[in-house]
Amino acid sequence: MTTLERLTQLATDRFGPAASDMPANADLFEHLGIDSLQALDLLTDLEDAFDVEIPDYEVQGVHTLEGLAALIEARL
Amino acid sequence: MSALPGLVRADVGSQDSLGALLDDALVMHKSSVALIEASRHREASRWTYLEVRRAASRVARALQDAGIGADDRVAICMSNQPFWLIVATACFVRGAVVVPLDFKLTAPEQQALLRHSGARLLVTEYGLYRRASDPWGVEVWVSEAPEGAEGVRRLEDLPDGPEPTRVSRARTDLATVVYSSGTGGTPKGCMLSHGAYLSQLDALLSVFPMAPGDRYFSILPTNHAIDFMCGFVGAFVCGATVVHQRTLRPEMLRATLQRYAITHMAVVPLVLEAFARTLDERLDALPDWKRVALDTVIRANAAATARGPRHGVSKRLLKPIHDAFGGELRLIFCGGAPTDRRLAERFYELGIPVVIGYGLTEACTVATVNRLTPFRADSVGCAVDGVEVRIAEPDASGVGQVLVRGPTLMDGYLDAPELTAETLIDGWLQTGDLGWLDASDHLHLVGRAKNMIVTPGGKNVYPEDIEALLSDIPVGALVIYASSYLFPGEGLEYGELIAVVQPEDDAPTWQAALTQRNRRLPDFKRLSGVLVWDEEWPLTASMKVKRGVLADRIRTAHTRADVRALEAR
Repeated sequence: MTTLERLTQLATDRFGPAASDMPANADLFEHLGIDSLQALDLLTDLEDAFDVEIPDYEVQGVHTLEGLAALIEARL
Repeated sequence: MSALPGLVRADVGSQDSLGALLDDALVMHKSSVALIEASRHREASRWTYLEVRRAASRVARALQDAGIGADDRVAICMSNQPFWLIVATACFVRGAVVVPLDFKLTAPEQQALLRHSGARLLVTEYGLYRRASDPWGVEVWVSEAPEGAEGVRRLEDLPDGPEPTRVSRARTDLATVVYSSGTGGTPKGCMLSHGAYLSQLDALLSVFPMAPGDRYFSILPTNHAIDFMCGFVGAFVCGATVVHQRTLRPEMLRATLQRYAITHMAVVPLVLEAFARTLDERLDALPDWKRVALDTVIRANAAATARGPRHGVSKRLLKPIHDAFGGELRLIFCGGAPTDRRLAERFYELGIPVVIGYGLTEACTVATVNRLTPFRADSVGCAVDGVEVRIAEPDASGVGQVLVRGPTLMDGYLDAPELTAETLIDGWLQTGDLGWLDASDHLHLVGRAKNMIVTPGGKNVYPEDIEALLSDIPVGALVIYASSYLFPGEGLEYGELIAVVQPEDDAPTWQAALTQRNRRLPDFKRLSGVLVWDEEWPLTASMKVKRGVLADRIRTAHTRADVRALEAR
């Protein structure tokens, strides 16, 4: 499973089926209707799943799953 | 400052500089734990005061070897972590001027402020360093860089060496340059002297002392005046332990509160609201009979603490609630943005006092603060010792611009003499806030005389800076106002931005475009509402909107209730 696929699964687990068919370059906030605190919740899930720690500030300006995937892969 | 009986702390009054004071504190409390960095699942590091002193000496020695001394500027751009405090201490020991940069700004924004500050050196974290696509333009020292990282010097590699030369500074000498606004317009670098900090510290510690054994939770950025004072200088002077965590995720904050039995913390209203939400969820889940019983206990606690906090009593009466916050939380400082009175009162009823004050970077940290005997949340408190507050040209109801004077004021804005002259007049700081003083000299804020907002997260935002981001919305004209400027006195919602638009008949899609664009703006720049202004727009000769005149006209014709909410998400 690729990083992006795992990420999509985690987003689906947290935010429901709307995340499952979300294009990698879609705006997370717009597509899922979530706010910044909810996005931080997802960040915690990612940290657990990938065993990495990502500072909050690194996700500022990241609006897409592919952006998050790149962030994680840079740390693996 | 005369030390309170039983308290052991470095003597603020006898020192002339932050360097001398901190050095004194590090020696005085040498065997106590100074710093803990908490990460998610483990403790990342722990430092005694002696270890902090050794680390600060290594950094100071390296600064000395790099030729950095009196009045040289050193920028620090780091998240909440031990090296922030260690490097700042080292700078003060060397007589250098600290330039704290907000690590949450973008790299280009940080670089613009770095250039403006004239700093010779930047100390940052490797993660922040790497974000920049352009060179930083100065020497860079970093924490957490991998070995062999190019272009930077690793803080972890600084060698032990001979003790650095301690450079003495006078109270009138510059200690910091702190930027009170991040981006857009003229950078506002507040030049704060050692004397300003020492005066502020003296006043604050006389009201809210900490002591060895206290644990202060540092989550506000340390470039923020409150954390700089409470989570660095104040805590060190008192020998308290500073616990760092590099996140604002409420779930993690609660875990650390419990793990380290935190006694003090400073938050912005946003975090306080998150705590309250969790509390509400727990209380709502209680069966009715338990809720009734709890309400009875809360009333008993309110009676017991009517004259002032009694932490021991409250903790016994409301143990499950206090345990959720670690059981030892005695004081929450809430600042950076206006705090909802009801929220503060709610926490006080539960035996966790929330201290509300009023401050500006230009006045060091706080100008007024509520004492706790008795607790009050209906105002932002009365002036701290040595500081004067008055209302300029009050109207019939006593409301006017809040002016502040005293030893804690900045010397001026760096390289901005005109801005300084507008802001400091005859020694009085023109705050831009509107308020009134009650019979007991407590200050009440009602709005702003300047068109700016302070977000619940504590960020200053100038609406004009956001207009540029919306320049392609198909409307005839668009102007953004802070709601508290446009409609002062109609609620202190400093965080709200309102767009006033002139629609064009042939472009009815502007609403959808604005809504869509608004969703993409960073949280703190997002608009809350929109108001259509169909009347004539007052323009200057160069066809710019006369904002003040337009605001006056809007106030005459509308109230806040006429503003249509803009879907943000």
